[in-house]
Amino acid sequence: MTEKTIFELSRPGRKGVRYPAPDVPLAELPEEFLREELPLVEMAENEVVRHFTNISQLNHAVDIGFYPLGSCTMKYNPKINEATARLPGFSQIHPLQPVETVQGALGLMYETQQWLGEISGYDAVSLQPAAGAHGELTGVLIIRAYHNDRGDSKRTKILVPDSAHGTNPASSAMSGMTMVEIPSDKNGNIDIDLLKAECDDTLAGLMITNPNTLGLFDENIVEACQLVHDSGGLVYGDGANMNALLGIYKPAEFGIDVMHFNLHKTFSTPHGGGGPGSGPVGVTEELADFLPDPVVAMISEGDQESPAFYDLVTPEKTIGRVKSFHGHFGVVVRAFTYMLSLGKDGLLDASISAVLNANYIQALVKDVYHIPYERLCMHEFVTEARWEDAPGIRALDISKRIIDFGFHPPTNYFPLIVREALMIEPTETETRETLDAFADALLQIADEAKNNPEILHNAPTKAPFGRLDEVKAAKELILKTQLPEDYGK
Amino acid sequence: MYTSHTKADKEEMLKVIGLEKIEDLFQCLPDEGKFPTLDLPEGITEMEAMDELQYISSFNETTQELVSFLGAGAYNHFVPAAVDAILQRGEFYSAYTPYQPEIAQGTLQAIFEYQSLVAALTGMDVANASHYDGATSVAEAVNMAYHTFRGRKTRIVVSPTVNPQYRATIHTYMDGMDLEIVGEDLDPNSNPDDLIELIDENTAIVVVQYPDFLGRLFDLSTLTAAAHEHKALVSVHINPISLGLLKPPSEFGADIVTGEGQPLGISLSYGGPYLGLFATKQKYVRKMAGRLAGETVDTRGQRGYVLTLNTREQHIRRENATSNICTNQGLIALASTVYLSLLGKNGLQDLAKLNYHKAHYAAEQISTVPGFSVNPVQPFFNEFVVQCPVPAEEVNQTLLEHDILGGYELSKDYPGMTHELLVAVTEMNPKSEIDFLVAVLEEEYHD
Repeated sequence: MTEKTIFELSRPGRKGVRYPAPDVPLAELPEEFLREELPLVEMAENEVVRHFTNISQLNHAVDIGFYPLGSCTMKYNPKINEATARLPGFSQIHPLQPVETVQGALGLMYETQQWLGEISGYDAVSLQPAAGAHGELTGVLIIRAYHNDRGDSKRTKILVPDSAHGTNPASSAMSGMTMVEIPSDKNGNIDIDLLKAECDDTLAGLMITNPNTLGLFDENIVEACQLVHDSGGLVYGDGANMNALLGIYKPAEFGIDVMHFNLHKTFSTPHGGGGPGSGPVGVTEELADFLPDPVVAMISEGDQESPAFYDLVTPEKTIGRVKSFHGHFGVVVRAFTYMLSLGKDGLLDASISAVLNANYIQALVKDVYHIPYERLCMHEFVTEARWEDAPGIRALDISKRIIDFGFHPPTNYFPLIVREALMIEPTETETRETLDAFADALLQIADEAKNNPEILHNAPTKAPFGRLDEVKAAKELILKTQLPEDYGK
Repeated sequence: MYTSHTKADKEEMLKVIGLEKIEDLFQCLPDEGKFPTLDLPEGITEMEAMDELQYISSFNETTQELVSFLGAGAYNHFVPAAVDAILQRGEFYSAYTPYQPEIAQGTLQAIFEYQSLVAALTGMDVANASHYDGATSVAEAVNMAYHTFRGRKTRIVVSPTVNPQYRATIHTYMDGMDLEIVGEDLDPNSNPDDLIELIDENTAIVVVQYPDFLGRLFDLSTLTAAAHEHKALVSVHINPISLGLLKPPSEFGADIVTGEGQPLGISLSYGGPYLGLFATKQKYVRKMAGRLAGETVDTRGQRGYVLTLNTREQHIRRENATSNICTNQGLIALASTVYLSLLGKNGLQDLAKLNYHKAHYAAEQISTVPGFSVNPVQPFFNEFVVQCPVPAEEVNQTLLEHDILGGYELSKDYPGMTHELLVAVTEMNPKSEIDFLVAVLEEEYHD
């Protein structure tokens, strides 16, 4: 199934796009700055389209089948979102246009800030961050700025539970903070006693994910927030798992002071093969002044004669810019379309169905797959994919075998605190038949693991590719097409 | 809509779980505050949603309706239809990061081709799979330099003509590190060689832009040599379209090349999502942030690709990772890959020249209007500074009355440049639009 690369398909003299001849007099070219060679490809349009269509068919995707990749919320991406984001009134506007010429865009951003605020309980929202990890960095910088603003600059310690996404410790390190890990207790909640021991006057904040990455609702959340607040710290919420809470609970009510949303998870915008995402950040009133520059404000309310007027404003004590312009506007249009389509009833139903689906699969497989913390789960659950009577079988083998059934494997080897972890997140947009088929596949694979392990070791056999040699890739480090010496000359 | 369970389905599923009612699923949440009544409207149909979004979008005036000479970091270019046709394929857009390479070769090969194209265009050894945008790629370059010297070099030299939004982003990103950022308060009209006296043994990186924010081109080889004498890295930020015509920064000795990839087939979309290009020398590949696809083979002997050097990344290294980046700009990187494949060597050269000639025609014509001038000394690509006889803000307001977006008012970032307008010209501006702009300026400012 190997497809040639664009460089291998290239033939001298071809081009896929023509431009009109210059309709202006030609200017003299700047001799000293001209490049001598341009080793790009040369292809006709139909060859380009065929190439990318062909390689696209080597992918699994939500539009093709079930994609229960834990912690990533691979729900269906509604087609209307793609249509609205491409309306010329949204896609053909320049970020530096005078605000009076982009009132529709600013109004949409303002409304999105309001919707996200209402769903989560926050007083102010910034749409600037480009992705979840970017939102985390923004949030930690806000916490840091808050303490510094109060002259409390000794607060440099960030606590992160051991079940956290890897981005949490990485984001806190990037902000210049010192990270201390807090283990989970026997029920999968944050260990309150260990937390208590770290709550001192150097504590800047706690980063917490709820539901946590075990898919469990952290029952210590309110107490944990209280402890951190009592010692002068703030609490950051990783909103990656917000799909369990729409209309169920507002994270601000737990005591979380600042939280990011993943529009590409909870709010149905496409994951794009790795992005673009969007990671808006919501904060309580006392942190609103620290939000990144800029936010959208309503300057005057509309009435019957004239519409409302919106502007981009710089929060008073802003942490500054975290990227160019105003965030991933195109992603925001998609998320706004989704929220508007679902409304409060649809959002609530999404979370209910997401939690119902996860618990349903868990119930169907839990007698065979060990669930390390056997409780009701939220929108996802984690199993320990190993059996004493199936030595040599690893989570990886199970994942690869799942591919043969036409499903995307769950997230594996995360969270790190569960051995041979498989993290399963079905999302709400799957039928009961799909959930049943997936559970049946898991049960069959468990049986094979014990009775016919070679099937697992050799999997996948029905995918376009067998297992790939990662060691070779890292050792040889071929990171681009190797071109002949004279290519492009 | 997007969920399918009937009431009966839900009841049967609850029974399997061993619960009676939906509320039981949430029994471990605190009762107080559970199931809040959201102050939001009920859902609407697709028909209604489409109408509503159409209506909202009608309050925006587009670059199709207006005559636009706005650039300053985002450029109005033609996007061939084939780019969006590929982007709309669900196989690409409804997949995620290719964690399972056996069923993600489409995404992985596209990333590999993207890396190959970016490396070829910039003249560098390796490129990563993208950053969020131009601003964050520049900030990550500074972050990489800081970590390359393990925090021992604490001076960062930044040219005043690096895009002001990128400079602001560097400050935000590096705020928690004990760093000194110098150079930004130099005269924006100065030469990059004026940065040389700021470079010392403690300098980790020198950051410049080419063409710079004011559109100008400078030979950067003297600056680069001076930086290397002090063992500092040099990062050059580029406009990818310009490299269809211009020497790549590798020829000046750049260690890192960053770029805003938006001109490569990505719609303006009010500022995002765009694309952060990032390329460097082979010896820094382990210091580079971001995802990387590498070539390998599968068990059947087929050539394929995997994500590689993962030990640099947050999901393995956690707090010791080179960056916190996880989700990047996958689909936008794909757009630029399709775009560059379509244009290819010949198309990109044609396009770059077209931009160059049109911008030079515009600069020359604007200079004929009494009171308006363009500095004729420094070479430029497709963007240049117009000196106006009145404050640039007034000129822009006047032009907007004629449905022209005149350019970017430089006073927003450089307080001394009250009368300067940054004007960008691309293939989207036919001669008639340039002539119209000039005619309006003549009409409005003829005395």
